[in-house]
Amino acid sequence: MKRYRARRRRNAVAVSVCAGATLLGLGWVILILLALLREGRSGMSLAVFTEMTPPPGAAGGLLNAIVGSLMMTALAVALGTPLGIAAATYLAEYGRHGRLRHVVRFFNDILLSAPSIVIGLFIYEILVAPLGHFSGYAGACALALIVVPVVVRTTEDMLLLVPDPLREAAAALGLPRAAVITRIAYRAAGTGMLTGVLLAIARISGETAPLLFTALNNQFISVDMGSPMASLPAVIFQFALSPYKEWQALAWTGALIITLAVLALNVTTRTIASARSRK
Amino acid sequence: MIDVAEAVRNRMPAVTALAEKISVRGLHFYYGKNHVLRGLDVPLYAKRVTAFIGPSGCGKSTLLRTLNRIYDLYPNQRAEGEIIMDGKNILAPEEDVTLLRARVGMVFQKPTPFPMSVYENVAFAIRLYERLPRAELDVRVEQALRRAALWDEVRDKLGVSGMSLSGGQQQRLCIARTVAVRPEVILLDEPCSALDPISTAKIEELICELSSAYTIVLVTHNMQQAARVSDFTAFMYLGELIEFDRTSTMFTAPRDRRTMDYITGRFG
Repeated sequence: MKRYRARRRRNAVAVSVCAGATLLGLGWVILILLALLREGRSGMSLAVFTEMTPPPGAAGGLLNAIVGSLMMTALAVALGTPLGIAAATYLAEYGRHGRLRHVVRFFNDILLSAPSIVIGLFIYEILVAPLGHFSGYAGACALALIVVPVVVRTTEDMLLLVPDPLREAAAALGLPRAAVITRIAYRAAGTGMLTGVLLAIARISGETAPLLFTALNNQFISVDMGSPMASLPAVIFQFALSPYKEWQALAWTGALIITLAVLALNVTTRTIASARSRK
Repeated sequence: MIDVAEAVRNRMPAVTALAEKISVRGLHFYYGKNHVLRGLDVPLYAKRVTAFIGPSGCGKSTLLRTLNRIYDLYPNQRAEGEIIMDGKNILAPEEDVTLLRARVGMVFQKPTPFPMSVYENVAFAIRLYERLPRAELDVRVEQALRRAALWDEVRDKLGVSGMSLSGGQQQRLCIARTVAVRPEVILLDEPCSALDPISTAKIEELICELSSAYTIVLVTHNMQQAARVSDFTAFMYLGELIEFDRTSTMFTAPRDRRTMDYITGRFG
């Protein structure tokens, strides 16, 4: 009985430590959200979405930054996703029994944890410097390099979760290898793969460092990806460090917009995932 | 080793009259260096059910996996010898495995419905080989589901995911999918081991019905099942065929001591 009580006590201690750790972790997230809401909410107005970034001392919005962020993110995902899925397909399906798989996986993990500023510098060296100017394309390429390893990792993991008997069943019906993968394995892993892509979007939508060296920034609205382009993170970086009140307020609003967008993306992912698994 | 199958053919004139759909001759199988089938000879008769019994690891599932060359998916698995189907060696490298698998369907131990609707699970398989107008496809799907004794249970929910059916229904869906492409041979790898007794009874009934049109090869752990549904039984032990005979003979008068011990439950 004594031992039993001691065990109960130890359990109570462990449970409260775990609960405390959870509260601590969640607490910071909530504090960040509250701070963003308090500082950024006042700046939220229609003008933010319809006007360009202002010169110091004037009023304005974030239109050019929002458009730039959307365009570069879209291009980065369009470039990075097929590449990532193709690589992951090789790793999980064709190369599963080969030695090359370990090498590719290892380098992908390095890329996954590479500091994003290094990726920015790399793109600067191979795209910006030779071409002689910053551009939205270069920014998108840098972001795509961040998308690839995330998509590779999640897609590979999801494909590996597809049970072999399902592949065998498809092959046993007479499906060639490629059809087993595209028509059965992708479908079975679809939700997870989609989650991976959305995670990658969430990841790059806040990236600043790779854009500073590649897309730079642009005071004016531009949809020409061949020239420097504004982005939300870069504008936040510039405005938050400035001494001007209006700029600082816009930086807060921009931060709030990114956070809400990522939050919405995450909620969408969850909803899709749970809707699919229920079906 | 002595050719058991040959002995049976000589001893039983009635058997000789049957058409051999598949003849396995001198079959060896390796998982890497692991030698699991050691020179197997066995006939599989057309439009009959042949059951393979034997303790775990005796190689009966492995034999099944050679008959549609599904082992080809794994680079370290290798078969030697001959499997003659309609006069052609299907182990030959030039054999088109995709076409082979269209002729030799397989149902697995655990139900493997595809992540799509009940209707699509069957239609998908048909569409692989035939382009049919929608109405005709509907008919074929219904036929296949009826064949698998599943139609009455799913007719009102053809649109729900195949994964949402019960285990027994999923397994019958897999059988429907297999018969939908009109194979000649159906391989069943312990199809009832994950099912409850009622579902098992349904599937056994189904096997008996299907045997009028298909050559069926059944691997089972359940000796009563072999006795109930099969025309011929093969007893395997440690990668070798110990005995092959008509099921009625095998279960009443086995010739080998090991067969006798196994079917009476003394080992295995």
